[in-house]
Amino acid sequence: MQDNNTIAGIASGMGGGIGIIRVSGNKALEITGKIFRTKKYVDKKNGKVSENLLWNSDYFIKKKSHTISYGYIVDEYSIIDEVIVLLMKSPNSYTKEDVIEIDSHGGSFVVQKILELLLENGAKLATPGEFTKRAFLNGRIDLSQAEAVMKIISSENEFALNSAVKQLEGSVSGYIEEIRQEILHNLGLIEAALDDPEHYDLDLYRNDILRDVEDEINKLTGLIGRFDDGRMKSEGINTVIVGKPNAGKSSLMNLLLDEERAIVTDIAGTTRDIIEEKVYMGSIILNLVDTAGIRETNDLVENIGVGKAINYLEYSDFVIYVADSSVPMDESDNQIIGLLKNKTGVVLLNKSDLDVKLTEEEIKERLGWECIEFSNKTKSGLEQLSKYIKNSFLHGEISFNDQVYLTNIRHKEAVKYSLESLMKAKDTINAGLPEDFVTIDMMDAYKELGLINGETASEDLVNKIFNDFCMGK
Amino acid sequence: MYLRIADIRFDMEVKDMSYTYEEYDVVVIGAGHAGCEAALASARLGLKTLIFTVSIDSIAMMPCNPNIGGSSKGHLVREVDALGGEMGKNIDKTFIQTKMLNMSKGPAVHSLRAQADKKDYSRAMRNVLENTDNLVIKQGEVSEVLVEDGKVTGVRTVSDAIYPCHAAIMCTGTYLNARCIYGDVSQYTGPNGLAAANNLTNCLIKLGIDVRRFKTGTPARIDKRTIDFSKMSEQKGDNKIVPFSFTNTSEELKRQQVSCWLTYTNDKTHKIIMENIDRSPLYSGNIKGTGPRYCPSIEDKVVRFADKERHQVFIEPEGNYTNEMYVGGMSSSLPEDVQYKMYHSVPGLENATIVRNAYAIEYDCINPVQLKATLEFKNISGFYSAGQSNGSSGYEEAAAQGIIAGINAAMKILGKEPVILDRSQAYIGVLIDDLITKGTNEPYRMMTSRAEYRLLLRQDNADLRLTGIGYKIGLIDNERYNKLIEKEKLIESEIERIKSVNIGAREDVQRLLEENGSTLLQSGVTMAELIKRPELSYEKLKLIDTDRPELPEDVTEQVNIAVKYEGYIERQLRQVEQFKKLEDKKIPDNINYDEVYSLRIEALQKLKEFRPASVGQASRISGVSPADISVLLVYLEKN
Repeated sequence: MQDNNTIAGIASGMGGGIGIIRVSGNKALEITGKIFRTKKYVDKKNGKVSENLLWNSDYFIKKKSHTISYGYIVDEYSIIDEVIVLLMKSPNSYTKEDVIEIDSHGGSFVVQKILELLLENGAKLATPGEFTKRAFLNGRIDLSQAEAVMKIISSENEFALNSAVKQLEGSVSGYIEEIRQEILHNLGLIEAALDDPEHYDLDLYRNDILRDVEDEINKLTGLIGRFDDGRMKSEGINTVIVGKPNAGKSSLMNLLLDEERAIVTDIAGTTRDIIEEKVYMGSIILNLVDTAGIRETNDLVENIGVGKAINYLEYSDFVIYVADSSVPMDESDNQIIGLLKNKTGVVLLNKSDLDVKLTEEEIKERLGWECIEFSNKTKSGLEQLSKYIKNSFLHGEISFNDQVYLTNIRHKEAVKYSLESLMKAKDTINAGLPEDFVTIDMMDAYKELGLINGETASEDLVNKIFNDFCMGK
Repeated sequence: MYLRIADIRFDMEVKDMSYTYEEYDVVVIGAGHAGCEAALASARLGLKTLIFTVSIDSIAMMPCNPNIGGSSKGHLVREVDALGGEMGKNIDKTFIQTKMLNMSKGPAVHSLRAQADKKDYSRAMRNVLENTDNLVIKQGEVSEVLVEDGKVTGVRTVSDAIYPCHAAIMCTGTYLNARCIYGDVSQYTGPNGLAAANNLTNCLIKLGIDVRRFKTGTPARIDKRTIDFSKMSEQKGDNKIVPFSFTNTSEELKRQQVSCWLTYTNDKTHKIIMENIDRSPLYSGNIKGTGPRYCPSIEDKVVRFADKERHQVFIEPEGNYTNEMYVGGMSSSLPEDVQYKMYHSVPGLENATIVRNAYAIEYDCINPVQLKATLEFKNISGFYSAGQSNGSSGYEEAAAQGIIAGINAAMKILGKEPVILDRSQAYIGVLIDDLITKGTNEPYRMMTSRAEYRLLLRQDNADLRLTGIGYKIGLIDNERYNKLIEKEKLIESEIERIKSVNIGAREDVQRLLEENGSTLLQSGVTMAELIKRPELSYEKLKLIDTDRPELPEDVTEQVNIAVKYEGYIERQLRQVEQFKKLEDKKIPDNINYDEVYSLRIEALQKLKEFRPASVGQASRISGVSPADISVLLVYLEKN
């Protein structure tokens, strides 16, 4: 069981203020090094990774053990989050392997994004209890603690299974099962023919099998594409509130939360930069991100928090642009609008209770979004806003009702892997190799999809052959 | 029925008329395909061996289909041969037609099948048995396996003779409490009207062994002279004869081959069956045993695959000695009059005379999860079971288990390490692991899809996989082993050579590529890279490979496969590596699963019941989850 894979997983509970992502294994330092940059390597002004300086991804390998690094998690040139990284080299770590802990202050979305980046760079998703198991197997934990370890593995597994099942009730598991059964049918056909070649002639089915594999590839590609939509439903739509200082962002946040949760700070830089809160709007959930706490200086550009906003905007699903209608349009508004092109969102013409200096027309000239006259004070427009958000997501371009969603990284990984396998199967068919080579990848795809629904494949194929294909002497 | 026999047994014990005969190391019960291999392996390994059969004339009898091999079964025969078994050699002596199936598919599923002359096959095997040192054949029925303190001490026959022994191997096939059925006719006999073995089941039950009842069937045999072959299509054998045994060459086996014939059922056949389905003992409930799904009776096919307009019927000769022809694809337990109508509805069989009726047979067999991978009962030291009595079906599956049981009984008595083949080594390993780990609810048949590493377990490389093991235990002689080593060397050096031979865009090269519809070269490549192209092969590149040494065909075949499918083979090898990690983690015999905290209840029960030998085997038991395996690993690490 013990292998050399480097594993990554979320070590903290989801939804807390700080998310901790843990990486363990002989490639932990290398993998994390690829997606980390120190301050020097990012250009805060435009919120991008500096293109001029060459980053050495052996940063953590060279660094001393038990040190803390401050910097950014990046996805190529985009900044995902500002983080603190704890480095613990083997053997002086929890698992006795090289361990990295990334402390992100982002919400669940940012934490998942970081985890996905680690997986893309070669880490494997940790199975329930795997860190603890490694700690034990590597002799880090005292033998007397073994029972506790076993209990953790069991209970974490139970939990993961339960939540996986809960997430998958209904359409997702049904849809995946449908694809699985299609794959299984062709596997059965091929195997029946290989087993009884005088009975079934596979040459007659070659095109059918290719067509089915292509169809399955399309379905799985679509499924991955809708992964983020799925996240919207189960974990909330990442909604960013932007606007220049004093436009009323924090007040709006508080209003939506209906409680004084957002921290409005007077002293720049003394609190965490962002605030994320969940807001339930009927059947959908908003993950509200307020950029209000972003360092505000007299510098005009920094004042509107452009650098930081870019990052959040990039990963947002929906934007609420709070415009101060009591002052005329200025350079800040123009800059913000510049960032909002190609995004989905709504404009709130805030402070509508005061004299209007900024009109809907002026905004609409630059940004084709819906504008709502709004007042934090009188709450006018609040109902309209809520209705608009609901409509645009529930009845708008994105319909939640008849699409299939993936809601979990593990599921996405499994779908990705089976998709890759089916592509290989397709290549094998196109290369003219016999069907018994095609089945190798089809079986992989089938098994991997089975993991999503918690099914194992052991006797399925044999049963399929016997039940669907007439065999025998 | 059990009760009645138990009473008789009890009476006999009270009188105690038993005599003790000569002592043997190993006693084999039954001389079918499993029994023959078991007895030969044991005797050849130097152990004094006694084999019992209910009839000397039925040694290695083929009561059903007149052929050996076929998909995956051919692999088993090759493996038995590679270990030093007899089945491959025996069919090579006695085949009347041979065919390599799936030649257009990958090498992993090429499967050899031969039609046998049944009587010749049986006689040839009997001849080998009769002339093997240390082996004694005895006609008689074993009624009891004697066990003291959980150890086999001997066997008792129905005539009350006791033969002390150290190991007993049960190879009772379909004979235990056998009953043959068609229509309302039900006869308490073994196959072909031979006497059933009606006593041993009781002993098994007394020994605490879980016994179940399975069913299988066979089609009618018809008189060749009454068949109109002009309405059928001829199925000839291959021109090129491929031997089953690695000790034979194609040239040596050249002979006149006979044909099989293909015809089909039709609407009329299906109508006759459906109109009389209520008279089938399968549907009336008269047959209670579980039948195999892969080899259903014709009535089963018609009912279950109602949309199929026709089913294939293969007419196969039973041998050169007889006019009897086997009607493959139409096994049945319908009444005799329905059988007549049904067979007569098939084109070419309109006027056929039935020599033997089709029938179903019910028999007792054991639940194989009670066995270790050596095929020894977990609870009874020295008691082994192999073949159809383990719930498998097929001559080849039987032979494969027979040789393993025979070897392991011998190894145990000799105090040597047992021979256990795992799933990455042989189809035999897959077969036995499936039986003992998953169990089976119907007669188990081998299939290539059951082998997860089938690209490695090819019929063409069975010798490379297993002959070393056969040599190590003493079933393969020096001469054969040296030949194998020589072959390995040739393969290795030739692979090395073609990986280093560079081919430029020469004119002759381009021409050959063009002829084969292959992309022309832009720059130099190695010979190995060219072989990898689907449209090319080692053989096809002969002309442009100027320094190619003269090599035997079995060597070039291996070179071609190893190079051509290198990527796939390496992938499977990596999977095998992962597999071995868990397989190599042994679980001690005396493990107390109650001490393993946090196992789920279902897993706990299953592990206690199966007592798997390794963590790998545990992971394949249904109801044991990956988390349970993690927990088990942690526990094992702790101790």
